Amino acid sequence: MEKFDVIVVGAGPSGNAAAYTLARAGLSVLQLERGESPGTKNVQGAILYADALEKIIPDFRDSAPLERHVAEQRMWLLDENQSCTGATYRDARFSQEPHNRYTIIRARFDRWFSGKVKDAGALVICETTVTELLRDPAGKVIGVRTERAQGDILADCVILADGANALLGERAGLRPRVKAEDMALAVKEVIFLPRETIESRFNIADTQGVVIEIAGNITHGMVGTGFLYTNRDSLAIGIGCMLADMKRQSLTPCQLLEGLKRHPAVQPLIEGAEMKEYSAHLIPEGGYRALPQLYGEGWLVVGDSAGFVNAVHREGSNLAMTSGRFAAETLIGLRQAGKPFTAANLAAYKRRLDDSFVMADLKKYQGVPELLHDHPHILGTYPRFLGDAAREALTVDGEPKRDKQKRILGELTRKRSVLGLLGDAYRFWRAFR
Amino acid sequence: MSDALDTAAKPIKKPKRVLPEHFKSYKGVWVFIEHEHGHPHPVSWELLGKGRELADKLGVELAGVLLGGTGGEVAALVKDVGAYGADLCYVARHPVLDDYRNQPYTLGMTELVNTYQPEILLLGATTQGRDLAGSVATTLLTGLTADCTGLDIDPGDRSLLSSRPTFGGSLMCTIVNLATRPQMATVRPRVMPMPARVPDRPLRVVEHALQLDESAIVTKVVDFIPDARADKPQLPFADFIVSGGRGLGKPENFALVESLARTIGAEVGASRPAVHAGWAEVERQVGQSGKTVRPKLYIAAGISGAVQHRVGMEGADVIAGINLDPEAPIFDFANYALIGNVTELLPALEQAFARRLAAARTRRANPAEETV
Amino acid sequence: MHIAVCIKQVPDSAQIRVHPVTNTIMRQGVPTIINPYDLFALEEALRIKDRTAAKVTVLTMGPPQADDALRKCLAFGADEAVLITDKVFSGADTLATSYVLAAALKTLDAREPVDLVFTGKQTIDGDTAQVGPGIATRLGYQLLTYVSKIRELDADSRRILVERRAEGGVQVLESALPAVVTMLEGTNEIRFADMPGMFRAARQEVERWNRDAIGVDLAKVGLKGSPTVVAQVFGPKPKAVKAFRVAGDTPAAMAEAFVDRLFADYPHLEEAMLEHLEQVDRQGAKE
Ligand SMILES: Cc1cc2nc3c(=O)[nH]c(=O)nc-3n(C[C@H](O)[C@H](O)[C@H](O)COP(=O)(O)OP(=O)(O)OC[C@H]3O[C@@H](n4cnc5c(N)ncnc54)[C@H](O)[C@@H]3O)c2cc1C
Ligand SMILES: Cc1cc2nc3c(=O)[nH]c(=O)nc-3n(C[C@H](O)[C@H](O)[C@H](O)COP(=O)(O)OP(=O)(O)OC[C@H]3O[C@@H](n4cnc5c(N)ncnc54)[C@H](O)[C@@H]3O)c2cc1C
Ligand SMILES: Nc1ncnc2c1ncn2[C@@H]1O[C@H](COP(=O)(O)O)[C@@H](O)[C@H]1O
Repeated sequence: MEKFDVIVVGAGPSGNAAAYTLARAGLSVLQLERGESPGTKNVQGAILYADALEKIIPDFRDSAPLERHVAEQRMWLLDENQSCTGATYRDARFSQEPHNRYTIIRARFDRWFSGKVKDAGALVICETTVTELLRDPAGKVIGVRTERAQGDILADCVILADGANALLGERAGLRPRVKAEDMALAVKEVIFLPRETIESRFNIADTQGVVIEIAGNITHGMVGTGFLYTNRDSLAIGIGCMLADMKRQSLTPCQLLEGLKRHPAVQPLIEGAEMKEYSAHLIPEGGYRALPQLYGEGWLVVGDSAGFVNAVHREGSNLAMTSGRFAAETLIGLRQAGKPFTAANLAAYKRRLDDSFVMADLKKYQGVPELLHDHPHILGTYPRFLGDAAREALTVDGEPKRDKQKRILGELTRKRSVLGLLGDAYRFWRAFR
Repeated sequence: MSDALDTAAKPIKKPKRVLPEHFKSYKGVWVFIEHEHGHPHPVSWELLGKGRELADKLGVELAGVLLGGTGGEVAALVKDVGAYGADLCYVARHPVLDDYRNQPYTLGMTELVNTYQPEILLLGATTQGRDLAGSVATTLLTGLTADCTGLDIDPGDRSLLSSRPTFGGSLMCTIVNLATRPQMATVRPRVMPMPARVPDRPLRVVEHALQLDESAIVTKVVDFIPDARADKPQLPFADFIVSGGRGLGKPENFALVESLARTIGAEVGASRPAVHAGWAEVERQVGQSGKTVRPKLYIAAGISGAVQHRVGMEGADVIAGINLDPEAPIFDFANYALIGNVTELLPALEQAFARRLAAARTRRANPAEETV
Repeated sequence: MHIAVCIKQVPDSAQIRVHPVTNTIMRQGVPTIINPYDLFALEEALRIKDRTAAKVTVLTMGPPQADDALRKCLAFGADEAVLITDKVFSGADTLATSYVLAAALKTLDAREPVDLVFTGKQTIDGDTAQVGPGIATRLGYQLLTYVSKIRELDADSRRILVERRAEGGVQVLESALPAVVTMLEGTNEIRFADMPGMFRAARQEVERWNRDAIGVDLAKVGLKGSPTVVAQVFGPKPKAVKAFRVAGDTPAAMAEAFVDRLFADYPHLEEAMLEHLEQVDRQGAKE
């Protein structure tokens, strides 16, 4: 039977970061991916945060397939009255090298990353699904079983980088089932537009890109957000909502996405585009409170599989890559010190996470999922109100501005009591503090 | 790397140039007359129809090329070659050519081409035509465009313009051969219309004696098992076709298609997903990777009208589409749009047709009543 | 016995989209696959290997990325893989492709005599079904196209007996090795690779042959060696007239309106339909 130092399950950003780091340090690494090739099963907006990748591959900009660097960020609140209020943040410094954020196409990016993993010396095998973890009588994880004939493979440590569903850990009894309340379901389309059209519609040049984060009534009062990103010659548009909400409201994700695409603020931007691919994916958005056990005898869990997603800032891949690197560095350290991969020794991984932005950020926003969930009007009433208010204020009709403002304020307090308003403000402040 | 793919993405501007002088010795349009066990393949007649058009544009002769055994079949076919529009017919008969086999037919065909030098050689894109064309073109070291759906002549340099689907049928491309002669193409059956048969048209026959030797031919035909005609759908030649697609949703609903087809005497066709789902046999698939059909009436039920389906049926005289979606691409080229649910419309159509046909039958049976 | 299988890596055309306005191909992210027809050829070769311990070598002419496709073949059980790759080979039509493949097969044959060459029926991108016949013609091997079944194969007597899909029936052909067989689709099903196969595929060396390795005449390869060129690419033409939208409040009313309109617009259709139905009835009565 084949045996490796480490088996990494999954070739997403977390698995690739781990396998790359391990292989570079000379450990024997097998990476297994169920998709046809790395990236084929992955769905992401996608924004790549440079910092996390820089720490793994410092010169990634020389060869990674990057679409555009983010030069402008827009935040939009859309309401069902067809209006849009929002803020635009454009900064010339965003366009100075080295850039901080990029749009990417995951299929390409993952393929590139996987190439790096192979170059580093790891054995990468695709189209192979890991069905369960092999354990010795004492419960220590000693390898994996794949769906293929003669499919058992041994390893000193298995890194679970299998993404949001986290089925392997659950099946092995290493973690509880992921709850629907903690899961968002996101759908996304990549739609094709000629490069020149994109650049003129979004007012950008050469490699500049625009990112639009969208909240409001497009989600029909459910907790969730939408996005629209510019790639080189395509746009990524998507929307995500909490799975539990969707079940309750019996709305399909496609309906939501269709609604978003038809919104008058969005429609002109995507006019004439042809759909290229449609995909749906889960995002673990339970945050800090939903984190499972992160390590044990002969195993570690990283990335989405561990629930490392910062829903508020729509960060996931950076947490995935960082946790993958930490996991690898932990193993490398133990190997160098001649120590076995026991739970006690692997606890060092958790400590590294605790000391980093990963846990710090997850802790900071731990209240947000509940806040939004318990106060759905934050995504419903306010956008509608803001939309109404802006229209009132901007409609030139001979009415004195003072009267207008008064009416707007009256309107808001009618929809939400003053106390309620204050309460919202407080909750918001606390959640995002 | 090796195909129409990379070249097709960037249309090459056809270089304007004078064709080499020695091309002038190649003259005339040839059609390979295909037959198997005494049955001519209708694509040969379709090609004579098209070939006539090309020859007239070029102001040259159209020839049929018949290879075969020494039995009576070839003689019977020669008449048809004239009737379907050829000016002359090259005939090569030899016992070795009794059954179609690649090696002797390639030998015969290349000898004929080298002797009489046609500028264009057309074959059906059948299993026989493609088998032969590939070997003949390679032996002659000339260009061959496969599986064409359109042929024309460039008025400028008199070269053959062969059009065919590319990129899995999503696009069409036109291919030319400016480098070698003859220009060869295989053409899909049922794409070109069947020309009228005019008996007793004058036809010159050129008999060509081939030196062939059975002992030099390696491959032997041991047996021929003819298809049982009755249980194979004859889709390509059906006048009426009702086809079902993914929009039918489930196998039970596909029975609605079969039922309507029975009522109006139509063959049943299917889109690829319907075949993949197992609702219909592979022989019933219409389209790019299935059959090309040219019925008088084609009813497409729950079929979106993707190009790959379209290329197989747009030659129909009349097309009616049944689809829930008013924007379905089928309505871009159908004559009639029935916008609604197939599960309701198919039975309704069956009733409407049945009533109408019953009335017509009574009228036929009692023609007197009509005047009353 | 030594069997060579020619496979091609092709874009998954089911996923190719054409931009409706510009008629440009949107290739971005279109995954590549092994030409589905070639898998029938490979599986047939592997079954022979299972029975007779033959050696199977897969070959492809393609860009460096075609390495992936060859590795998959190794995982299924092929013994060796050769990637024929060189910048000068690109842009080839079938004449130039079969020239290069034939040259490569000769090279392979010189190293270890080839008894049987398999190709798929056709590719889904080129769709020509010409490369197989081209290879056989150039090598002077027997050509057996559209083979649905290999009934007998005997390396010692160099005999092969196959069923071939002909027009209107099945030809049973007896021939001799070396031969080129182009395999019909639906004849078998490719196996599921086992884990040791996956390991072997991931680790094994894929040989690379360039123009020098197979000794070709540069005038006969790639774009230069291709007599056919693409002159124009265009989308399907929309019909001049839009479909007539049949009105009707109920399905029954719509159906009635359609039938009336259809036979009013095309009176000969009704006649033809009636006649055809009578003919069907007569035939039914006869049987
Ligand atoms: C619509 C959407 C938009 C997003 N936008 C952003 C964004 O803009 N920026 C950002 O940073 N993050 C974003 N995210 C989050 C980000 O995509 C994830 O956090 C990130 O992909 C997690 O990486 P991972 O490696 O943990 O998991 P994944 O990328 O999901 O990779 C897991 C891999 O494991 C494989 N696998 C699973 N099970 C098995 C098995 N049993 N055997 C073998 N292989 C298996 C899968 O095929 C997959 O390739 C977005 C997510 C979604 C859904
Ligand atoms: C290389 C290649 C070769 C191909 N070859 C072929 C081929 O030979 N033949 C072929 O057909 N396809 C072929 N295809 C597939 C082709 O691209 C399309 O996917 C296919 O034709 C679609 O089949 P469809 O219309 O049945 O299904 P869909 O495209 O899914 O359309 C179903 C239609 O039914 C409608 N509908 C749904 N429910 C109802 C209802 N209750 N009542 C009425 N309407 C309803 C929908 O609006 C929709 O328009 C090929 C593709 C490739 C890539
Ligand atoms: N570039 C290539 N490399 C290897 N084999 C090929 C190549 N192109 C075509 N073939 C083989 O030839 C068969 C027919 O291809 P085609 O003539 O392109 O339809 C395919 O099924 C393959 O087996």
